[in-house]
Amino acid sequence: MVDADVRGRIARLVDEYAAGDPSRPPVDRGAFLGSRFDAGLAWVHFPRGLGGLGLPRTAQIAVEGEFARLGAPATAQADNVIGYGMAAPTILEFGTAEQRDTLLRPIFTGEDIWCQLFSEPGAGSDLAAVATRAVRDGDDWVVTGQKVWTSFAHTAKWAILLARTNADVPKHRGLTYFIADMTAPGVEVRPLRQLTGEAEFNEVFFTDVRVPDSARLGDEGNGWAVAQGTLMNERMAIGGGATRESGMLGKLAGLWRDRPELRRPALHDRLMQLWVEAEAYRFSSERQRQQLLAGRPGPDGSGSKVTYAQLNQGSTALELEVLAAEGLHHEDWSLRRPTESNWLAGGATHRYLRTKGNSIEGGTSEILLNVIAERVLGLPREPRTDGSPTGKDVPR
Amino acid sequence: MTAIPPVSDSSRPEPRPRQLVINEDQEALRTAVRDLLSDHASWASVLARAETDAPYDISLWERLSHDLGVTGLLIPEEFGGAGGNARDLAVISEQLGAFVAPVPFLGSAVLATAALVAVRSEPVASELLRRLAGGETTATLGISATTVPGGVLSTTVQSVGGLLTGTVTPVVDLAAAEHIIVLTWDEGEPALYAIAPDAATAVVSAITPLDLTRPIGGLELAAAPGRLIVRGDPALAAVATALVTGAAMLAAEQVGVAQWALDTTVAYLKDRHQFGRPIGSFQALKHRMAQVWRRVGLARAAALAAADALAGESDPDEIARVVAVAASYCSETSVFATEEMIQLHGGIGMTWEHPAHLYLGRAKADELILGAPDQHRTRLADLVGLPGS
Repeated sequence: MVDADVRGRIARLVDEYAAGDPSRPPVDRGAFLGSRFDAGLAWVHFPRGLGGLGLPRTAQIAVEGEFARLGAPATAQADNVIGYGMAAPTILEFGTAEQRDTLLRPIFTGEDIWCQLFSEPGAGSDLAAVATRAVRDGDDWVVTGQKVWTSFAHTAKWAILLARTNADVPKHRGLTYFIADMTAPGVEVRPLRQLTGEAEFNEVFFTDVRVPDSARLGDEGNGWAVAQGTLMNERMAIGGGATRESGMLGKLAGLWRDRPELRRPALHDRLMQLWVEAEAYRFSSERQRQQLLAGRPGPDGSGSKVTYAQLNQGSTALELEVLAAEGLHHEDWSLRRPTESNWLAGGATHRYLRTKGNSIEGGTSEILLNVIAERVLGLPREPRTDGSPTGKDVPR
Repeated sequence: MTAIPPVSDSSRPEPRPRQLVINEDQEALRTAVRDLLSDHASWASVLARAETDAPYDISLWERLSHDLGVTGLLIPEEFGGAGGNARDLAVISEQLGAFVAPVPFLGSAVLATAALVAVRSEPVASELLRRLAGGETTATLGISATTVPGGVLSTTVQSVGGLLTGTVTPVVDLAAAEHIIVLTWDEGEPALYAIAPDAATAVVSAITPLDLTRPIGGLELAAAPGRLIVRGDPALAAVATALVTGAAMLAAEQVGVAQWALDTTVAYLKDRHQFGRPIGSFQALKHRMAQVWRRVGLARAAALAAADALAGESDPDEIARVVAVAASYCSETSVFATEEMIQLHGGIGMTWEHPAHLYLGRAKADELILGAPDQHRTRLADLVGLPGS
């Protein structure tokens, strides 16, 4: 809940732009979001002067609800998923005063789109094995290497980048976190076509790209810790979902409700099992929110992404079975370049294919189960066969 | 035979977010119940009692009643109870599940009490509630243990001139009950009667149970004298309320069972060594435990939602939806967690001397009591407008 003061601020801002008045020309979203940032109504849990009011993180939901109720333009979240979900919180936590002052506002307005350069062909689940090198040269770092699975690289102005700055220390300790300019010479973005036909992701090649030391995020050699913070934010950003029958399950339930001729008895209990699990997941998300609000965060969030992926995959698979003949048709295999993350917008076959990635992206379900077993349940680590190699000794 | 018709196919969103964390008072209650059970309901004592002629731990039941007010929790203060709600009761139910405590909680403090509270202004109900609140007596609901909440209520018991005849089986906590609340068909309409077991007309026979920690029995009535509690629709409504309350409390109990199975198995995996390492370091086993943990978290949220719906929701259809979700999910999770416990304990989990089987039996029996998971989902499908055909 937000208090009257915050509601007053929201109402004044919407009034100023006459944003809720349908008789006026549409409001310029960038300008409106800029004013939201300046009024501390961007990310309300951020500090004053940096787009926030120092409120609890959970107040954001009520703030967005209030803006929506008054008919204000939506945020740039869908266009700038990485900027909102990963770059902004990481810059807030690890950035210098100058980085915070200059980078956060254009993230919120959607002026600067961000992408994330972590994964590499040889560094997926074992992220600490990254091979992209950054070599110090005066006030700059010279970066060379290949990154992969990069959403938004083709629209991004900035990237958060994990690179190896020291190959002679154990692999987790030789990494440094940078902010890279995607328009700099030596950056090449190639579409990576995926099994849906489209190219949501990219491969990004860096060849002697100069990154100023002032664009370092956190200390040299501390990149692993900064990246862990970023990934934690990614997992939090992916979880959630507040209304009954939302998301993929909603599509499936809607189909079942609207098309009685497609119903088959053997599919019914599978539908209801998914319905039940989706509802339990929704209660669990709400419970996590309430625990956070009460200042007693619980560990349940670690399992949420595994559940979410399983539910999405189960729902979309069943949707195709319900559709039967219609499920044989894929609407478009052409190489498209989506600029927005909206997996509900496409057809049922697209949903089925795309959600296969849900258990891979942002930490595979298997890695997340390891994390639960070791960090939540305290089970012993599996003996490692790679010991604790230095960066240059990582088998590739 | 009579029926409550299924109601509405609305799937409108629930009106408010559920309260899904327990408050400080409930935290204190949880600790008190846990402490008492740790002192007086060790699994060794539960196992030792299982094959004796005294399957219930009556002294434990009296402590729960006198020290913690468990028997009167759901009963309004005007009858000497604590005036608590389903959220409070669920806290107790979960802990009793965690200890597979052999006390007639489900039959007496949940099913019979919830039915009587629903018709509390009736003289016989008020009188029984006063005595139940103080722990002076114990009751159960004389209805088949597998009756599904929200379904068609049926009875083969006929009452003629206050004399009841028929069979009800299996009934939970029958052997511990001094009063049995029986649904009858009485001169053309449903009615609730209270009867007392006796060797001639109301014969209770024990059934050897799958769940060694929750006795069940069969009731044979041959012109047994009963006291009329209420007749007509209120009788059906009282039983319906008892069933939905029972299903929600079973869900909480199943969370307690599942959490115990999880904790016990994790501890074993850290302790047991093979191939020179703790077996909990093998990824194949870690992943299985992580999946149990994940599902227990979802089950806990669902059970809390069900208790909260019962405590604060006014729309009976919405209560029924949330309880059906919890009953379906918590049942399957509890069975899953205890089956994983047996497998991951290896040979020791197959022995009589290890308590794992007590929990497996409880979990599997709980899955069948008050509706199996598929039956809850069938009911739910009606309530959310997703019919099977």
